Amino acid sequence: MITFEGVTKRYAGGTVAVADLDLEVPNGEITVFVGPSGCGKTTSLRMINRMIDPTEGRILLNGVDVATVDPPTLRRGIGYVIQQAGLFPHRKIVDNVATVPHLLRWDKRKARERAMELLELVGLDPGLAGRYPFQLSGGQQQRVGVARALAADPPVLLMDEPFSAVDPIVRTSLQDELLRLQSELRKTIVFVTHDIDEAIKLGDRIAVFKVGGHLAQVAGPATLLADPADDFVREFLGRDRGIRRLSLVTAGEVRLRDDNLIAERTDVVEARDRDAPWLLVLDKDSRPRGWARTSELPAAGTMAEAALTPYHGFGRDDSLRGALDAAVLSVTGLAVALDGDGRAVGTVSREDLLGGLHG
Amino acid sequence: MNFLLDFLANPENWSGPYGIPQRVLEHLEFSGLALLLAALIALPVGMLVGYTGRGAVIAVVSANAARALPTLGLVVLVVLLFGVGTTAPVLIPLVALAVPPILVNTYEGVRGADADLQDAAVGMGMTGPQVLFRVCVPVAMPLILLGMRTAAVQVVATATVAAFVGLGGLGRFIIDGLQTRDFSSTVGGAVLVAVLALAVQGAFVAAQRLLVSPGVRGQVG
Ligand SMILES: Nc1ncnc2c1ncn2[C@@H]1O[C@H](COP(=O)(O)OP(=O)(O)OP(=O)(O)O)[C@@H](O)[C@H]1O
Ligand SMILES: [Mg+2]
Repeated sequence: MITFEGVTKRYAGGTVAVADLDLEVPNGEITVFVGPSGCGKTTSLRMINRMIDPTEGRILLNGVDVATVDPPTLRRGIGYVIQQAGLFPHRKIVDNVATVPHLLRWDKRKARERAMELLELVGLDPGLAGRYPFQLSGGQQQRVGVARALAADPPVLLMDEPFSAVDPIVRTSLQDELLRLQSELRKTIVFVTHDIDEAIKLGDRIAVFKVGGHLAQVAGPATLLADPADDFVREFLGRDRGIRRLSLVTAGEVRLRDDNLIAERTDVVEARDRDAPWLLVLDKDSRPRGWARTSELPAAGTMAEAALTPYHGFGRDDSLRGALDAAVLSVTGLAVALDGDGRAVGTVSREDLLGGLHG
Repeated sequence: MNFLLDFLANPENWSGPYGIPQRVLEHLEFSGLALLLAALIALPVGMLVGYTGRGAVIAVVSANAARALPTLGLVVLVVLLFGVGTTAPVLIPLVALAVPPILVNTYEGVRGADADLQDAAVGMGMTGPQVLFRVCVPVAMPLILLGMRTAAVQVVATATVAAFVGLGGLGRFIIDGLQTRDFSSTVGGAVLVAVLALAVQGAFVAAQRLLVSPGVRGQVG
């Protein structure tokens, strides 16, 4: 656990970057520092590994005041990832990753093996090991940066806007990768970002800072969105705070209806008796084929002959936001819940999805 | 052209203590020694000043002042101080000539090492000297070598002054030629100095390939 106790940082010139910060960062979780530019996120982060020393107060790492630890020794036990990756241009990828093991004087072969293992862990082709940083894309460099921080298996990882210099698609995949890694490694991670979406996606806990270095609120993402502490936090979360909440709830909970599912071999006469404006036609394996409008069914025959409108599905593991998206996309206003094999298990309307939020 | 051919064709110029090979060796000896001394002074100072940022103004100003020193004047001064017969009159001016480019380039190179890079290095637990020698210096290597190369070429071209104070080197051909009105010797000597300077330049380009990481050069192989 990392504990900030009454920590203040005043720079020469008088800027108070961090003001009387009390904060606990629990072990094994991702704690995100988020807030507008200049609110003291980086300063707070860098005080943990003594890149900056506080003016007042102290920081404990598992009960030990970091000020009592020799900085290089402290830092070798804490992974550190920065925005531009900061890879050493003159060293091959494998040697970049093995930096801290080298500093700790590990056996050369062991350090190398560990580096190769890590490249794989962060989803990089081990074939890149012999390349130099300039031969890698920005996203690949950032992965190497993460691998390098993890090389000596430090329990704590500090990440300062590590993904903000890459394009949105790469950023998403790096975020997913970090979550996957974290589910395996359970590190104590402090992650700095000014992107609230990133904070909500990654954070087990989110610390919102305001300019002047004050902590505005610390809470889990769901609480933060549902119950912002003050106007500043509400403003910072933005207008679409409600929509964002949808991404935190999985769709597995929503109540589905299944009386509008119909097998394609069903006779249209029978179908007309159903009390639903739209019917979802299923093939013989229960996979959806499309929506048929009950009022426009052919005079005779089976449902297989009905004109169909495309459907939009979601998985049980998707977020409520994904389900709502599917419902909004469909002209029927209904989203189709699918099981792992693509079989329809039921449908849900926009109204029911939104109603469920407050239920 | 004829002067040069006469000079090169003369077998007397190719052997003995006054022959070309011997003079080239002497020339390289003064130059090499001067460069070595200059590097021993300028590299540590340039690295330290570049890394810590302390004393930068003094270092750069005095380096530029040293550049403005007239080499020949310095030779005469040192002769007056030390007398003839030692190598000091050649070495001191040559060192004074070589220090500024090495110092300024080393300083600029180390100082210019990317801040993010140093930040990452410090953040991973490197000590000050480790950051300097494992990160800043390798990254600054192209500039450091450029400084060394500039210094070496200037020193080789200027080491002809050794002849003014009765020492050897290729300057002998030039000066003796002037005195005896043997212009083929003067021209030959001058051409040899130029060729030697080019060869030194080439040697540094080759060293560049060995000493600069392909990752810094930005090209592999
Ligand atoms: N070395 C320094 N000297 C003086 N003031 C500084 C220094 N470093 C940061 N500051 C000031 O301290 C405040 C907090 O800076 P900090 O870098 O912690 O902000 P941040 O939240 O990380 O911002 P950003 O999102 O832009 O990275 C800012 O007002 C900044 O100008
Ligand atoms: Mg910052």
